[in-house]
Amino acid sequence: MSQFIDSLAELLGREPRKKPHPDDIMPEIVAIHRDKHEDKSRIEKIKMEMAHKAQHAAPEKLRRKRWAVLILVNLLFVLSFQLDIQMLEGALTASRFVGFHLADLNSALQVMLAYKHVVINLLIGTVTVFIGWWLLGGRTFCSWVCPYHLLAEWAEIIHEKLAKKRLVKDHPFDRRARTWFWLIFVVLALVTGYTVFETISPTGILSRALIYGPGLALLWVLLLLLFEIFYSRRAWCRYACPIGLTYGVVGALSPFKVQYHLESCFHEGECRKVCLVPHVLNTVIKGRARGQDVDIGADCTRCGRCVEACPTSSLTYKFKGLGDLL
Amino acid sequence: MRPQERRKFLRSIALGIGLVGTSLLGFIPVLGGWVRRLRPPGALQEKRFLAACIKCGQCVQVCPVEAIKLADLDDGFGVGVPYIEARAQACDFSCDGLQCVLACPTGALTHELNYSHETDMGIAKVVSPATCLAVQGKGFKGQARGADFTGTLRYDAVDRWNPIPVRDHPYDLELCDLCVRQCPIEIRIAQCDAGTPPSGDERQCPPQHAIELQPMADENGVNRMLPVILDGCVGCGVCEMICPVEPTVIVIDSSESRGMSA
Repeated sequence: MSQFIDSLAELLGREPRKKPHPDDIMPEIVAIHRDKHEDKSRIEKIKMEMAHKAQHAAPEKLRRKRWAVLILVNLLFVLSFQLDIQMLEGALTASRFVGFHLADLNSALQVMLAYKHVVINLLIGTVTVFIGWWLLGGRTFCSWVCPYHLLAEWAEIIHEKLAKKRLVKDHPFDRRARTWFWLIFVVLALVTGYTVFETISPTGILSRALIYGPGLALLWVLLLLLFEIFYSRRAWCRYACPIGLTYGVVGALSPFKVQYHLESCFHEGECRKVCLVPHVLNTVIKGRARGQDVDIGADCTRCGRCVEACPTSSLTYKFKGLGDLL
Repeated sequence: MRPQERRKFLRSIALGIGLVGTSLLGFIPVLGGWVRRLRPPGALQEKRFLAACIKCGQCVQVCPVEAIKLADLDDGFGVGVPYIEARAQACDFSCDGLQCVLACPTGALTHELNYSHETDMGIAKVVSPATCLAVQGKGFKGQARGADFTGTLRYDAVDRWNPIPVRDHPYDLELCDLCVRQCPIEIRIAQCDAGTPPSGDERQCPPQHAIELQPMADENGVNRMLPVILDGCVGCGVCEMICPVEPTVIVIDSSESRGMSA
């Protein structure tokens, strides 16, 4: 239970806990830490593998698969309208999948607060999407569906290259900002009676631009991407997007998550380098794990980059009750 | 607070002001009601409509004449909100069942109406009667809006189910009566009077006329008529779209929409 509360608190912006008190560490965990370093040859092997990887960067296969899924989902929206195949009609804010209503949770929330009235179709769409993303992990929406996430990943690649050449520097923001934005937009919808957030939602703007044709609103998306390239890495998804926070809460109790296995981990920190939300991987830092198998927190988008980056396969997808997936 | 931490804090405050400020900038035109546009059939009263719309465009997708467009940043109201530019493409109810209303997931287009005559998008107004061909006693021959016009209408006599381009349906009229002739409400009334209501459904029959040509006194013996808007007008905009005069003689005033009450 305390793990669940920690996960929610970190989602809202609290800094992750530092080392647990020595008295709180279970003896078996102390034993794991003591024993796993005895196998020197294994550690050497991992070091060599990592050196090799640094020289010959292999393509991130899982990442490409995820991009393919993201593009396919958005393509399904586009083709449903452009070719009239009517599979997935509407946009990411609200749609119908072969006739069944779906509504983006944050958009639906904004409309409910602004309109102060809920029609049954919207309720059906909201509940369906809630259950769907609860099963799939909540912020899974972000990395596997949201079109802005894909553009932001490409912008991040540029940012990283420029940062390597010391041409740009990452300026982090306070992670609590996102919680404040979420609250402010909730209050604004209630008070103004208008879905104020929709105007600046890059997810909605991009989804509509893909389906119904581009418009000037894309300039805002471009501005956000430039901001992320030159000033602050992944700023929108990390510090601003209320959609991400909403799905984060949905995923807090999801059966689908990334799980950390202390026993095989040698704390190289490769996972934290690629992670959109590195605070969820606080537990992998030497001495911080509070158990042998730790579920990664609610803010995790289940993108799988850490799963792929880990040299010792110490991070895996897990679907509660179904055993190891990958 | 360490200087580094303080900078981060101040930066975050600036980010907050920037983002919330931008979103509010987009809200000002909505609040001020800067631009009034024709909304799809069944739209709630403007303020409530803007509150309820989830900006998904499902109404756009189902419209057989592609009359509904989504607003951009520079249109002066909410980004992604649907509107109809009647002069370019009006709603001619050729879907019969009000598909956009059925598609709307939030009730921004209220589900409490079923027939075209129950809608209330606005009211047509004859804004420049002097240039009206009928007022001048003139006829009309040819393509109503020229060869380049891309708008479509459903002509029952040509194709019961599919709208065709207006330019493919030239007219030859002794006295121009296009606004009355193409009025979807008037067409339904004529079908009902002939005992053949649309889809054989008597409930499709509008109870009131929407527009008619009234004779004008003329000392030179010319047959002159004036289009007059009647209580049955729902503001669909077909008269505005079909009017062959430039600029159009007849326009829809959406501000006079009584708005759907649900």
